[in-house]
Amino acid sequence: MSQMSDLLTILPVLIVVTWALLLLVVDLWIPKQKKGLTALLAVIGLAVALGASLATSGSTTLAFNQMVVSDGFSDFLHILFLGSGMAAIALSYDYLKRMQIERGEYYVLLLFSIAGMMLMAQAYNLIMVFLALELLSIPIYVLSGFASGRSISEESALKYFLMGAFASGFILYGTAMIFGASGHIDFPGIAATLHAGQVNPVLFVIGAALLLVGFGFKVAAAPFHMWTPDVYHGAPSSISAFMSVAVKAAGFASLLRVFMVLFPGLADQMTPILWGIAALTMVMGNLVALMQTNLKRLLAYSSIAHAGYILMAFVSYGNKQFGSESISAALFYLLAYGLASFGAWAIVVAMEKDYGEGLFLEDLSGLGKRYPWLGTAMLIFMLSFAGIPLTMGFWGKFYLFRTTIQAGFLSLALIGILTSLISVYYYLRVVVFMFMKPGEKELQVNPWVGLVIAVTAIAVIAMALYPGVFVAWANQAVMLLQ
Amino acid sequence: MELVILTFFPLVGVLILVLLAPQQKNAMRYVALITSLLTFGLSLWVLSKFNPAGGINMAIELPWLRLANVPVEFYLGIDGISILMVLLTTFLIPIAILSSWNAIQEQVKGFLIFFLILETGMLGVFLALDLVLFYVFWELTLIPMYFLIGIWGGERRIYASIKFVLFTMSGSLLMLLAILFLGINAGSFSQPTLMANRQLFAGAEMLLFIAFAAAFAIKVPIFPLHTWLPDAHVEAPTSGSIVLAALMLKMGAYGFLRFNLALFPEASVRAAPVMAILAIIGILYGASVAFMQKDVKKLVAYSSVAHLGFVMLGIFALNQEGVAGGILQMVNHGISTGALFLMVGMIYERTHTREFSKFGGLWKVIPVYSGLMIVVTLSSAGLPGLNGFVGEFSILIGAFGSKVLGSPWFAGVATTGVVLAAVYLLKMIEKMFLGPVTNEANLSLKDLSARELATIIPLVVVIFWIGIYPQPFFNLINPAVEQLLQLVQSAAMVLH
Repeated sequence: MSQMSDLLTILPVLIVVTWALLLLVVDLWIPKQKKGLTALLAVIGLAVALGASLATSGSTTLAFNQMVVSDGFSDFLHILFLGSGMAAIALSYDYLKRMQIERGEYYVLLLFSIAGMMLMAQAYNLIMVFLALELLSIPIYVLSGFASGRSISEESALKYFLMGAFASGFILYGTAMIFGASGHIDFPGIAATLHAGQVNPVLFVIGAALLLVGFGFKVAAAPFHMWTPDVYHGAPSSISAFMSVAVKAAGFASLLRVFMVLFPGLADQMTPILWGIAALTMVMGNLVALMQTNLKRLLAYSSIAHAGYILMAFVSYGNKQFGSESISAALFYLLAYGLASFGAWAIVVAMEKDYGEGLFLEDLSGLGKRYPWLGTAMLIFMLSFAGIPLTMGFWGKFYLFRTTIQAGFLSLALIGILTSLISVYYYLRVVVFMFMKPGEKELQVNPWVGLVIAVTAIAVIAMALYPGVFVAWANQAVMLLQ
Repeated sequence: MELVILTFFPLVGVLILVLLAPQQKNAMRYVALITSLLTFGLSLWVLSKFNPAGGINMAIELPWLRLANVPVEFYLGIDGISILMVLLTTFLIPIAILSSWNAIQEQVKGFLIFFLILETGMLGVFLALDLVLFYVFWELTLIPMYFLIGIWGGERRIYASIKFVLFTMSGSLLMLLAILFLGINAGSFSQPTLMANRQLFAGAEMLLFIAFAAAFAIKVPIFPLHTWLPDAHVEAPTSGSIVLAALMLKMGAYGFLRFNLALFPEASVRAAPVMAILAIIGILYGASVAFMQKDVKKLVAYSSVAHLGFVMLGIFALNQEGVAGGILQMVNHGISTGALFLMVGMIYERTHTREFSKFGGLWKVIPVYSGLMIVVTLSSAGLPGLNGFVGEFSILIGAFGSKVLGSPWFAGVATTGVVLAAVYLLKMIEKMFLGPVTNEANLSLKDLSARELATIIPLVVVIFWIGIYPQPFFNLINPAVEQLLQLVQSAAMVLH
């Protein structure tokens, strides 16, 4: 029998789910020309959830027979997910109208997906992990194919669905293996049996590896990244923005939680694998991004590369001394990356004339001269991605590299440094087109899109002036460990 | 507090510029000029309070960020090594802005904004005593310069600007790794604290030296890392070339003094012969390539490689004459090469060419320009009585008597560089100014305007001042150099 305190633990998730269900019904009475109202209602729902999340934050509780947890880690991520949701809706409103794909379900699906992510950050049981994963993924499959009738959108949805189904299969199979090896499905139980040495080690390691593959797919880490450019390219840009930040963060949330809580004992086996994945992801993402001519694909490869950087901090997860440090570094980086990413995707949304059209790098020509403020904002995002001071991206990299070096992975940090250097080239190529080539391109900057651009650009710079506050915030996002 | 005001004062101008409408080009130029002049005034105010014997003056240390209990601080301070660099920066920026008065007509606002941000960045580089803060300012100079070359540069500007950024970044990212390593192992990013706790990272000294040296050597530039320099200098607009050559190259040499010598004295002593050999190769190579140029601006650009070779030779002589001479030569090169780029820009504005073959006999047409240009060229060639001589002479004495280098041959070979400099610079004078007027289009050239005179006269005054009475400059430098060298000499004692 669930109690009030149990419900309180998942209050923000509950609000989002309930709101989504109500919105689905309410939307029926909202006329077709006024779907902006649905968008507004969705944002209000997210804002309420954000309020609830802030109000209930600060405590660490387990609920529903240790199925879910609420701790600093989930509090931090809830804010990230809810903020991403609001930004995604701001980007969507005008964009959907222009692309003639405006329908009320869009916002409802987005809310369901956010609920899934929030639950993902709170899951404390492998079954919950899987349920949350599906709750977050299925709406995204639909949303990436939301521009039905356009072949790139349909291709995107089908690809994502097929690959995603595979990934879910891996996670489910891994879960089964771990259950078989330990006899438990809940985190505390698994951790305790593992600690007592009562698990079948072979099955357990195979299970852990399968989970890693599944999560690797979600965060778009090499070699499980192949879907990313196609899906980001074909999906509506507002959804690509959401995926590149929130879905990735959710994947990391689960990866971090499962590995930190369940597998610290497997660090010896897992660290070399993680090392390889991180290095490969950084190298692949950055090298292939060099050759991109389409802005959406460039951002997709850049998002792969950034997943590599986050994984770099995570390689040392098994180290007792620096383990929590690596979580803070990863979360701080996600924050920095998310801000710049939403800003850059907002520019994409403003550039996109017809669905998927006008997004080549040449189309950026002359933007800096014609729209100096927008150009400056895009410059800030690119500099932040490249990790050049004085941006949040710099402090993010600074923190990540520091953690990596401290944990003794100097060669990995060196790979990270070299690949950052490569990334400078393609990020600056965007700047070259914007400021150094002539062009007459016009943008469609809806006030809401403009707001997202302004807020993210100012945040990237202003937060970088005094980053200590946000580092401290990321430091508080500690995880309940067994 | 003085230093904070000084460093960030140019940003006041940036704020005003942002508010001006794009048409108000002249108002913008005046705002930028006045801001930079006031910044120069502020630097003189700092100089008036400066005590050369007092080590780090006017230090300000504020907490900025804590990462795992290692504080990153907002830590500025000024000493004998940095004060001349600061003065050089604030002195040259108004001149550079004035030189761009007519040359820059497109996107004036952006141009001036980048210029002032660049000034803040450079002042920060010379004043920062926290390694992370230093890195932030170091990179902060990169982006404005990238735009100055990339937007307002010549034909191959995009190639040159990207090359400039990638070269600089590849070095500075290695430096970032080294900074992080220092912070983790020594528990502090503050340069004075690290100096006092060198034993905490003594094991990795050589590697750290190399990582820092990579960043600075690219900036200086030391042969064979100089290939970005001719491209960047030639493609940059005149005012950009002035800043690049006169100031940004000094950031590299300054970095060697402030961090490599101070934090890794033993490695510095061990690396000194190698660095000196590279410096001498740079002197000879730069001079030879300069001699072959058909373009005046390229000649000046390659002459920078040679001159900075002298600076590096002086620094790695690791004795009083060498290091003090090196620092003074940094100032000299800033003044002389800044003036050269300035004057090359003036003739380019008139003729739209920089090729020797298009000039000849200019002395008869524009005597004031020619006379001043000859003075500036001779100062660059190291004629006694002008500034270049004092620095080079001091460096060569230092290299000659250097215990660390251990052989007078370094100075001996470098001296041929002085001769080569005279050869290519005199060739330039001959081809441009002497003989009959070869190009009839040049007969109608106008001599210098009042604005142009206002940019060049202050430089010529300093050229004579340092050439005739350099003592006040040495008085500023010497105590700090003595302090620095005590450290190096005790390290040398340990090694030998």
